[in-house]
Amino acid sequence: MERLIEEIPNFFTIWNVIFLAKAMGVTFLLTAIGCLVGFSVGGLLAIFRKTKSIYLLPLRIFIVIYTEIFRRVPFLVSLLLFFYVFQIIKISDDLFLIATITVCIIATAYIGEIIRSGIESINQTQWDAATAMNFTYYQTLREVIFPQAWKVILPPAFGFFIMFIKDTALASQIGVMELTFAAKILNNKGFSPLLSFGTILILYFILSFPLDRFGKYMERKLASNKN
Amino acid sequence: MPQIKIKSINAFYEKLHVLKNIELNVSKGEIVSLIGPSGSGKSSLLKMLVGLLIPKSGKIYLNENLVNFKNQSDLRTIREQIAIVFQQYNLFQNMNVLKNVCIAPTKIQKRDPKEVNEQALNLLEKVGLKDKLKSYPDELSGGQQQRVAIARALCLNPQILLLDEITSALDPELVKEVLDSIRLLASEGMTMLIVSHEMNFVKEVSSRVVFMDEGSIIEINNPRNIFEKPKEKRTLDFVSKILKEK
Amino acid sequence: MGYTLVYTQVLEFLPYLIKGAWISLQIAILAFFGGMFFGLILATVRTFGNNISNKIVICYVTFFTNTPQLVQIYFLFFALPEFGILLSPYIAVLLGMTLNAAAYLCEIQRAGFLSIRQNELDAAKTLNFSLFQQVKYVILPHIMRVLFPPLSNHYIIMTLGTSMAAIFGVEELTGRAFNINSETFRSVEIFSITALIYIVITFIATFLLAIIGRYFFKAKIRIIQ
Ligand SMILES: Nc1ncnc2c1ncn2[C@@H]1O[C@H](COP(=O)(O)OP(=O)(O)OP(=O)(O)O)[C@@H](O)[C@H]1O
Ligand SMILES: [Mg+2]
Repeated sequence: MERLIEEIPNFFTIWNVIFLAKAMGVTFLLTAIGCLVGFSVGGLLAIFRKTKSIYLLPLRIFIVIYTEIFRRVPFLVSLLLFFYVFQIIKISDDLFLIATITVCIIATAYIGEIIRSGIESINQTQWDAATAMNFTYYQTLREVIFPQAWKVILPPAFGFFIMFIKDTALASQIGVMELTFAAKILNNKGFSPLLSFGTILILYFILSFPLDRFGKYMERKLASNKN
Repeated sequence: MPQIKIKSINAFYEKLHVLKNIELNVSKGEIVSLIGPSGSGKSSLLKMLVGLLIPKSGKIYLNENLVNFKNQSDLRTIREQIAIVFQQYNLFQNMNVLKNVCIAPTKIQKRDPKEVNEQALNLLEKVGLKDKLKSYPDELSGGQQQRVAIARALCLNPQILLLDEITSALDPELVKEVLDSIRLLASEGMTMLIVSHEMNFVKEVSSRVVFMDEGSIIEINNPRNIFEKPKEKRTLDFVSKILKEK
Repeated sequence: MGYTLVYTQVLEFLPYLIKGAWISLQIAILAFFGGMFFGLILATVRTFGNNISNKIVICYVTFFTNTPQLVQIYFLFFALPEFGILLSPYIAVLLGMTLNAAAYLCEIQRAGFLSIRQNELDAAKTLNFSLFQQVKYVILPHIMRVLFPPLSNHYIIMTLGTSMAAIFGVEELTGRAFNINSETFRSVEIFSITALIYIVITFIATFLLAIIGRYFFKAKIRIIQ
């Protein structure tokens, strides 16, 4: 214990603090890009998934397979698979890019599902009324369904953002300099694991907790607003 | 010449055969009432007429034109001419009363928003909801929602109006008001198909009454006869039951 | 393109991988039921406990749901030895996953408790049900129907989470994929096969859970979303 207290001033040097802050930035960036892309592309997938046209059937099948696959493979395995695929096709060896692409692909699958079930939670009566008044599919989504569905989509989406902040820790395995990798480096440099890993646990908490609270707050607010 | 001609229509919900060999002609300006036990397919028949339930076989002619249910532009045409008031009202939960009435005329029919707004205010005043323009559907009673749905349908300026269980959520005074406006509409040449169990209402407004049971039309008769001396035994059983409930 | 995919060599390792999947399954099941048990205690404390015990449970849940499981296990594995507690990789992973699962499963089970509606209980009382009958015919079936889908869902998430064990040298499915990779360097083939095995085992799990849910608890779970 005394050893630990002695070590603290050595641990929180300017260099280490900047190092950790940068790593925290990478963790945040990975999550933020993943969630933004996941929301936009996942939204598109959800929209196409509900189309009826026979010409779009191949697309719908592709979407089902895509979402099922990436929600049934561990993040770590997908990450390594993409890492090695990128080594073969030699497009880029930027680790951050590889991790970002993987995060985006997986986020798209999960958020697409969240949005789809949000759309499905809206009562059929709303579709019937819109269809009977000649709304097109996209007009119905824009004017009627999404203005109602976002309340259902948002709370699980927040839960998902938090899950992703945490899952990006696995990017350390391919050497992306995010929080977990930074802690491993500090640990290897001889700093106490208690300090290195304890510190990043707190940093993860600082990233995640406000989102968690905000998500729960929204959930309560939306639930009480309902009637 | 009938405005709507329904010829041996069969329709299914997956395996359930909801409409069996339906034959019905409705002339312009006519008011036809549909009666029948719960689950007999009255709502389904109305839904079929706006293309929400696609028939498996049979033919429908609207103003002498055969409707091809597989053709989007045919569907668009029938929906331009036929407006429906749903049994569950189906108001858009995310829009206030005024927006519910105005959205389709402005955004879909692309009519002048000012003119639509004026007509909407007019209609909402007629149905007694002038002070509820900014309310949302979940803040309204069933009867109020129903009246919004009627205003919404009328604001589309349809030739044909389908009304599902129109009187069930209305109190007696309102029934009379709605009845008056329906008569007025009929005198202006609007064709109407009405599902209602309100015997007096049916008797007063309709030119013919259709009795449905288990997806089939059992009897078509004039309103007096159907309640007093129906041709079919099933009709008699049904009307005597609703007479007893009174 | 100098690389062609060759699966023959990797397929020889299929039995080895499948045995690894068996270990993954073990970890998932042990951690899940450990988490259920511990989570149930937490949920009970949270529902019936006093102010202080409530706060402690809230802190526990908030901490574990807002930090990565991987780092929690790192902490157990590398930091606990400083206090003289040495854990084997397998135990460290199992313990980490259980503690983590307890936080989530506490929340899920609590939501289940809270979903019991008073009017259902009142209805049971007016029918003169004894307390035992109320629990048997009203409370338990209701709780199971409400809880089963989110619990199944979490079980699948935990199955995927077991792959983290590889990082600590546990020879479960992903761990064995690591081993083969360093022997053969057929990385893409290995990890694609591994991914496929995960897809298969989670599908089987979803399928079984859907059947159990439907026949025992009247809970609907879709196999393909
Ligand atoms: N969307 C649907 N999917 C499957 N079955 C349906 C659907 N809508 C209605 N049905 C079934 O079709 C049958 C006819 O229903 P319909 O709503 O047309 O009856 P109804 O005569 O309007 O009854 P009510 O007087 O109760 O309104 C019923 O058996 C009903 O369960
Ligand atoms: Mg009906």
